[in-house]
Amino acid sequence: MVSSEVHPALNRTADGGRHAARAARKVVLSVEGLRTEFQTSDGVAIAVDGVSLEARQGETLAIVGESGSGKSVTALSIMRLIPSPPGRIVAGEIRYGDLDLSAISEREIEKVRGNKISMIFQEPMTSLNPVLSIGRQMTEAIETHMGLARQDARTRATDMLRRVNIPEPDKRMRQFPHQLSGGMLQRVMIAMALSCDPDVLIADEPTTALDVTIQSQILDLMRDLQRDFDAAIILITHDMGVVAEMADRVIVMYAGRKVEEASVAEIFAHPRHPYTRGLLRALPVLGRPSSGDTVRLEEIPGIVPALTDLPVGCRFAPRCAFATDTCRAEYPPLEEKARGHLAACWHADQIAGT
Amino acid sequence: MSTLQHIAAEQTPEEEASRPRSARWRFLRAVVANRGAAVGLAIVLVLIVAAVLAQVIAPHDPMRMGAGPRLAGPSLAYPFGTDEFGRDILSRVIHGTRLTLQIGTIAVGISLTAGLLIGLLAGYAGGWPERILMRSVDVIFSFTETLIALAAVAVLGPSLTNAMIAVGIAAIPFYARVTYGVTLVERNKPYFEAAIAAGAAHTRLIFVHLLPNIIPPLIVVATLGVSTAVLAAAALSFLGLGAQPPSPEWGAMLASGREYISRAPWVMIFPGLAIAISVLAFNLLGDGIREALDPRQRKE
Repeated sequence: MVSSEVHPALNRTADGGRHAARAARKVVLSVEGLRTEFQTSDGVAIAVDGVSLEARQGETLAIVGESGSGKSVTALSIMRLIPSPPGRIVAGEIRYGDLDLSAISEREIEKVRGNKISMIFQEPMTSLNPVLSIGRQMTEAIETHMGLARQDARTRATDMLRRVNIPEPDKRMRQFPHQLSGGMLQRVMIAMALSCDPDVLIADEPTTALDVTIQSQILDLMRDLQRDFDAAIILITHDMGVVAEMADRVIVMYAGRKVEEASVAEIFAHPRHPYTRGLLRALPVLGRPSSGDTVRLEEIPGIVPALTDLPVGCRFAPRCAFATDTCRAEYPPLEEKARGHLAACWHADQIAGT
Repeated sequence: MSTLQHIAAEQTPEEEASRPRSARWRFLRAVVANRGAAVGLAIVLVLIVAAVLAQVIAPHDPMRMGAGPRLAGPSLAYPFGTDEFGRDILSRVIHGTRLTLQIGTIAVGISLTAGLLIGLLAGYAGGWPERILMRSVDVIFSFTETLIALAAVAVLGPSLTNAMIAVGIAAIPFYARVTYGVTLVERNKPYFEAAIAAGAAHTRLIFVHLLPNIIPPLIVVATLGVSTAVLAAAALSFLGLGAQPPSPEWGAMLASGREYISRAPWVMIFPGLAIAISVLAFNLLGDGIREALDPRQRKE
């Protein structure tokens, strides 16, 4: 049904070209074998287990997975925002330039945060301090990181608001978060995140809390700004529709592990992990059911296993239609199944063929 | 809405000029909209005026003995009567407002400052500072405030200044608890994490982000705390551990008038009324501020 042709949600690939220059792009941030654990009353929960990724300049890397898959913890680990205790980065390297962000001091990471690597959050309404004006909050970061005088910082902040298409930026600077709408606030968050000209922008479900029309505006805005600022975007989402619209490369995570990674076209055309395949089949596509014979959206049975009580072998096996005894006995290695296409599944080839 | 702007305006003087000036005004209006708070505010203002102008408005010298007949009942010349030494009670009550307001502000100042520091530090730092600070606070909390104040006075010696300090110290755990609670709530809100993600360091997080959000509930607590402090200090003075004669402190006046209550009740009635009314006034005002700050009560 979906397998051999391009997934209908990915109509964007038709214009092509976007991925051609990929190999030449500079890697600005790379994560190697990241492992983040949380001490819980039920034992140690390994929220992120051996995840590696590369963020390239001017590209969008999407990290997809359901709640509890470890996608947000991966992002927070990069920012070193894991609350500790109970959380801890126990292994892995987070390379940014010649820094290993997992190992440097708190003081050093403060210089990187919000400056070279910035983040936008899921809930713009609560991510701004309610008692400080928009202007105050924007200039704060600019003053600290860029060493600008207050007046210059204000000018820059106003410019940034203008660039995220906020009307009357001067007036908005004086207003407080409760006086702006959710979509407006997310624009402010984006303006703040980009105000110090970061190399990497981590967006943790930036459109989840917004209604659909605003969602598409925000996504368009992020795409436009990426072109201007040439930043690497790491986009955390559970929405395959957003992935199709935004991403260049996709990482699919399940129960703390990376289970598949490929270019966005590859992922939609030839998913090689049954979990990815399940995600895609659970996606409604406009106009897909041909008249008369309706197609039911498929679901993935079961739920994500508890991180303190993971199955032996493949973590997806209990929910997988393809699972065999091998799957239940041994975790499949993450291997390159096709050029630039990694998957951790014993039956990857079989799945690609269905 | 306006209340938040009001608080923020206090925190960021450099931006005050650019903010509509009506914000502060609207906050005041919200407080006064509550009738009880309006009355409370009026009485507090009267107390302040009386304290400032005591020299001018008091008809007699509060300390002068034999200014009139001894234990004379209220009359035109001595509206509140005179005490056992012939001193004018009205003048003494008026001068007493100075001491009362002093006690209120100094005692609350001590407990607010110390409590704010302890609660903020414990709530922000977490880990072992939190455990040590908050467990100590819990231990002190398990004694009644009066007992702690008595112990403090016993150590420091009886005097009005020491009574203020004692009352201030005794209330620290309460302020620390309140601050700690609010700090925990605020630091778990997304904006706090967002501020860290934007690269804010400890001092900035505490003073720019946390403090302005913690101040509003503390203003309420402190206003209500003034009445508790006034009452506690009066109690200490009544026990002879606070203000010493001939100081016109209301609690001390009650204590010295005790013997004459059947013969000359006005000796106790007027200082007693003064305490009751000023405590009531601060309670009403505190309640009004709390209501004005309550987001559910706000209307745009």
